[in-house]
Amino acid sequence: MPIDRVRRKLVSGFACTAVSAAMLPCCLGRAALAAAGGLEFTVRNVADGVFAFQGVDELMNAANQGAISNLGVVVGTDAVAVIDSGGSMVEANAFIAAIGKISPKPVRYLINTHMHPDHIFGNAAFREIGATIVGHHNLPRALEARGAFYLQSFRQQIGDALMKGVEIIPPTMLVDDRLQLDLGGRVLELQAWKAAHTDNDLTVFDSATRTLFAGDLVFVGSLPTLDGSLLGWLRQMDALAAIGAARAVPGHGPVPADWPEALTAERRYFEVLARDIRRAIADGMPLSESVKTAGASERGKWRLFDEYNERNATAAFAELEWE
Amino acid sequence: MQNHAYRSRQPALPLAAIFAAIVLAVGTLFGSSGAANAQQTTASSDRIWQDLKGDVFGDRAILVDSGVVRIEAPKRAQDAAIVPVDIYIDLAKAPDGIKSVTLIIDVNPAPVAATFQIGKDAGVTHLSTRVRVNDYSYLRAIAETQGGELHMAQTFVKASGGCSAPAVKNQDEALATMGQMKLRQFPPQETMTKAQELQLMIRHPNNSGLQRNPLTQYFIPAHFVQKLSISQADRPILSMEGGISISEDPNFRFDFKAHGNGEIQVEAIDTDGKVFRNQWPLEATGL
Repeated sequence: MPIDRVRRKLVSGFACTAVSAAMLPCCLGRAALAAAGGLEFTVRNVADGVFAFQGVDELMNAANQGAISNLGVVVGTDAVAVIDSGGSMVEANAFIAAIGKISPKPVRYLINTHMHPDHIFGNAAFREIGATIVGHHNLPRALEARGAFYLQSFRQQIGDALMKGVEIIPPTMLVDDRLQLDLGGRVLELQAWKAAHTDNDLTVFDSATRTLFAGDLVFVGSLPTLDGSLLGWLRQMDALAAIGAARAVPGHGPVPADWPEALTAERRYFEVLARDIRRAIADGMPLSESVKTAGASERGKWRLFDEYNERNATAAFAELEWE
Repeated sequence: MQNHAYRSRQPALPLAAIFAAIVLAVGTLFGSSGAANAQQTTASSDRIWQDLKGDVFGDRAILVDSGVVRIEAPKRAQDAAIVPVDIYIDLAKAPDGIKSVTLIIDVNPAPVAATFQIGKDAGVTHLSTRVRVNDYSYLRAIAETQGGELHMAQTFVKASGGCSAPAVKNQDEALATMGQMKLRQFPPQETMTKAQELQLMIRHPNNSGLQRNPLTQYFIPAHFVQKLSISQADRPILSMEGGISISEDPNFRFDFKAHGNGEIQVEAIDTDGKVFRNQWPLEATGL
């Protein structure tokens, strides 16, 4: 990676930390690391014993090293749990080094919030340090169906170097509905959801600080992507909003986010998309035409809108046609 | 290149074998050179086609861009699992009529997505469906005239990229609703000919068979709609032999000329031998 880019990232990383330190009295620990691969990695303290890394709002590419999703760390008196492993082994190894600066305790659990590569491509690094991988009961099935495709398509997208060491590693501890993980002095409550962003979405709630790791059930600022069920997502919005969290770490977007306000824009987008698609279906408009205009009033309100809106509209059309 | 063996050794493989899930390590097509540019990928797609066409059509001549058939798809696939494709037939350029149209997606594990037989006098000039597209690929429509000529049109589709995969989105729902059908009827448009449009939708996961049971590690057998026939008052409009490249919840929209007021009949058979049948009265055509 070009050196000037590393410098720029370092500068913005420090600036960002200074801002959050000023705004958040609880901003104590921070681990920044320029790893061998050149990734500058800043983990923020969002609550007592709770840390998060904020990914950039971009598609995965060689320059951002796959670090586009938010990741989490929760430290108990006995052990550490990590939420998502990142989009490459370079990112995962930088993350593990940063975790080591936060706590010397062993990483006992790696919790995957769902199947997408930006959240699971670093799994092998956590297997190497002995973490048990935890996921939704549908996650192994979803990875079986997609794993080989992900490995092939992302090789083209992010390049051989960044794919080095990446393996598709399914969870061995599965969550059917709810599961508690005791880290010593604090208990994480894991919840498996019905199909929404994907058919294997899992949330993690730290009851000690009432911090919700929402995974990609929550996008803030960056357009949500639909790879499960639009109706399922909308139907579960109220249940999500009812979680008594003091703050949330969304799967994408600023960390931390206010709760449940973090859901407002996302819910509006899906309602607009559903309304536009339903109208097109009623008018007999074919999918190929409908997706060009559906959701257009949301353009300008989201980052990555043009990258994902038409795809969301396509999936939404195929689903809503059956209503 | 052992992955190519199944394509090139035997001429004119039975179509059923080509529809079945054939594991193709797509990685070998691109070597391990990382990001492939568009030129390389059109070349890769073409190479596959050169190997494949003998398996499907033997050594018969294929006329390209003669205007008999036309194919449209988005330049970039948005959702790899649901790529809309439109096939148009110009009956004026094929006065003896079209017998069948074969849809091919070069780079997919099962490249022959479907072969559609078109009923005599059914008047089908436009057919749209949705397919899975695994990678940068040409989509090809090859129409066979009643006289036995082959005409081909093609369009290049860039892979969707990102985390969009050609897989079933909501497996539990797909299995729970399997076999449901929906038929929409669209009256003829004033400016058009007297043809009317139908849209047939079938709930089916159309699974690839390329995934393993996580507990047993055995491959889950492919499970897809392999035969479909649509007729009106026992006159065939359209029938299909298809495979796993047709999207989950197979969806077909086409125009046709109604003959009388007889009902629309549909029969679909999947690889488990399950038969799904349904029928609907023909709605007023507005004629």
